[in-house]
Amino acid sequence: MYRYDEFDRKFLEERLVQYRDQVRRRLAGQLSEDEFRSLRLMNGLYLQLHAYMLRISIPYGTLSSAKLRGLAAVARRWDKGYGHFTTRQNIQFNWIRLEDTPDILAHLAAVELHGIQTSGNSFRNITTDPFAGVADDEIEDPRPYCEIVRQWSALHPEFSFLPRKFKIAINAAGEDRAAIKIHDLGLRLRRDESGEVGFAVMVGGGLGRTPILAQTVREFVPRRELLAYITACLRVYNQYGRRDNLFKSRIKILVQALGIEKYREEVEAEYAAMGAERAALALPDETVAAMQAQFAPPAYRDAVNDDAELARATAAEPEFARWIEYNTRAHKRPGYAIVVISLKPPGRPTGDCSAGQMETIADLADALSFGEVRVTHDQNLVLPHVRKSALYDLWLRLGAADLATPNIGLASDIIACPGLDYCSLATARSIPIAQALSQHLAKREETIGPLQIKISGCINACGHHHVGHIGILGLEKNGAESYQITVGGSDNAQAALGGIVGPAVAAHEVTGTVDRLIDTYLRLRQDGEQFPDTYRRVGLAPFKEALYVAR
Amino acid sequence: MLLDKHGALCADSWRHLGDDEAAADGQAVTISLKRWQAERERWSDRSAPLGLRLPNDAAPAVIGEALDRFALIALSFPRFIDGRAYSQAWLLRGRFGFRGELRATGNVLRDQLLFMARCGFDSFEVDAERARAEDWPRAFREFDLFYQPANDRAEPILQQRLRSWQTAAE
Repeated sequence: MYRYDEFDRKFLEERLVQYRDQVRRRLAGQLSEDEFRSLRLMNGLYLQLHAYMLRISIPYGTLSSAKLRGLAAVARRWDKGYGHFTTRQNIQFNWIRLEDTPDILAHLAAVELHGIQTSGNSFRNITTDPFAGVADDEIEDPRPYCEIVRQWSALHPEFSFLPRKFKIAINAAGEDRAAIKIHDLGLRLRRDESGEVGFAVMVGGGLGRTPILAQTVREFVPRRELLAYITACLRVYNQYGRRDNLFKSRIKILVQALGIEKYREEVEAEYAAMGAERAALALPDETVAAMQAQFAPPAYRDAVNDDAELARATAAEPEFARWIEYNTRAHKRPGYAIVVISLKPPGRPTGDCSAGQMETIADLADALSFGEVRVTHDQNLVLPHVRKSALYDLWLRLGAADLATPNIGLASDIIACPGLDYCSLATARSIPIAQALSQHLAKREETIGPLQIKISGCINACGHHHVGHIGILGLEKNGAESYQITVGGSDNAQAALGGIVGPAVAAHEVTGTVDRLIDTYLRLRQDGEQFPDTYRRVGLAPFKEALYVAR
Repeated sequence: MLLDKHGALCADSWRHLGDDEAAADGQAVTISLKRWQAERERWSDRSAPLGLRLPNDAAPAVIGEALDRFALIALSFPRFIDGRAYSQAWLLRGRFGFRGELRATGNVLRDQLLFMARCGFDSFEVDAERARAEDWPRAFREFDLFYQPANDRAEPILQQRLRSWQTAAE
């Protein structure tokens, strides 16, 4: 895991002093709210419906136990005792007072966390596969590259006032667990014919009111050239991206307007002209190697009989067996497993985690996972290296903290944004919809199998509804909340946008509607098909029909 | 009011000509890109210092060979959130080697000063009231560590770090 050195620490100290002074100037009336707004946003502080919300960056979703304890302390001391993990692998605190924020950030800086660029029209948190470094289908660990890009993009002098926010995701495994095609810039780590490591570069993906999947600018950029090539991509965007209309300012609109060929031509011309700048941004092998050393694997022990022991335990206890089936994943090291901790007990707000739970997870990480924790973009947590022989003990201890719900990837493992309960942009509530659905569907979710339901409380799509197997978008219609439902979306390597199944429904009709869509899928699915597979085969019509008949 | 590269108030010795205004003999003047393109010959022979006001939707490359002719280039931030001039400054300094004064004009705020300086700006036109109320020189001192190579030639953290690792290894 990456640890700050003297340089990172000093940089963060300088940032804190700067922010403390900005807050002081605001409270003294030297800065208007308008001027202060962009400054606080660059430190992750939003003004929401009821209070300030502080969003803390969790670089590529990687936490240490110390960081998690730092977050727990903030929840306890300055918020209402909990935090909310987001689809950007970050955490948000929803009940913050402006005057406390410099102290909160000072407290977090001590554990190497901050809110820099969790908002504003610049680079946002770099995200990646939550199983990076431990997945068995990985080409190479993406985290060293995430960290290199993170550092390069921190307070970038040229690109801190882009037309709009800019999200980068990196995936390095066979399966895309980083949803790179719905990012402004998606990087897929790959090797070329000679075995050299580099990246396929995709641009212009995004959800919001104009959902578009990213297109490939270049099939292969050698890793040495990664920062130079991204610079060219950004410079073209900074020059030509629209600034006259907030809703048309993302890079996806530029790429759509120019066409990917023309955009590529511009980027390649810029890249070719970079000359000395390219040399300054080059990542020589020794730089990459030095960064890779920061992510060296922990001191694993050799496996002894773990599988046999585990088999005995699962045979004896069906609840444990269910948790093993849904909440653990294959680890590349024999004798170890990846454990996903569900933050979605049915009926509870998705992604919320109490201070006590954070501390429990931190303790468990220290005892059983080399002190490491990950955040997933579907709002769960991960203990990346647990010895198989420790799984039973872990399960018991998680269960005692209400953290052992065996539902990862199932219907009640819903993604939902904070919605109208907190967010000033929202047009409808998301949390109660998710609560009702998860409670209702939990009863039959094992029969249904893998299913991704994603809910957004407005068109900005923080809940990724376009790429949900079933997507739910909360709207406001004549003063009442109503919900538009889509089916067949997907955010993996075969990413697809869902199709709208009919007119929007009222809040109390959502559960019934989702039920009928699931019934239709169960009736039509063939062996081994997941929802998007069936949808690709049968199309939208049967789903529309099922709802029409019901009406 | 004008600030120099240290954030200190200074006098503006330039006159910024409108497109149909005449220049007095020997007076340092800036003209718009439009006027430069239309009256290029006429301005080329002038011996007094000449400056160019480049709108933020123009590629710096349009100046071409004439770059050396200008002692000052003024770039514009119509709103502080419109960051196109950062890229223009970056290219003028870093790629085209412009050595004259690079001036930020428009909605220039204290908390952007350091970004601007790193891109290559060395003078800043700011609101008069704000110029007096704010501690501008402090903006330059807020950071002395940076993660990116830039036109201020500060050694990025990554290079400093590698050097410190190498020293430790030796």
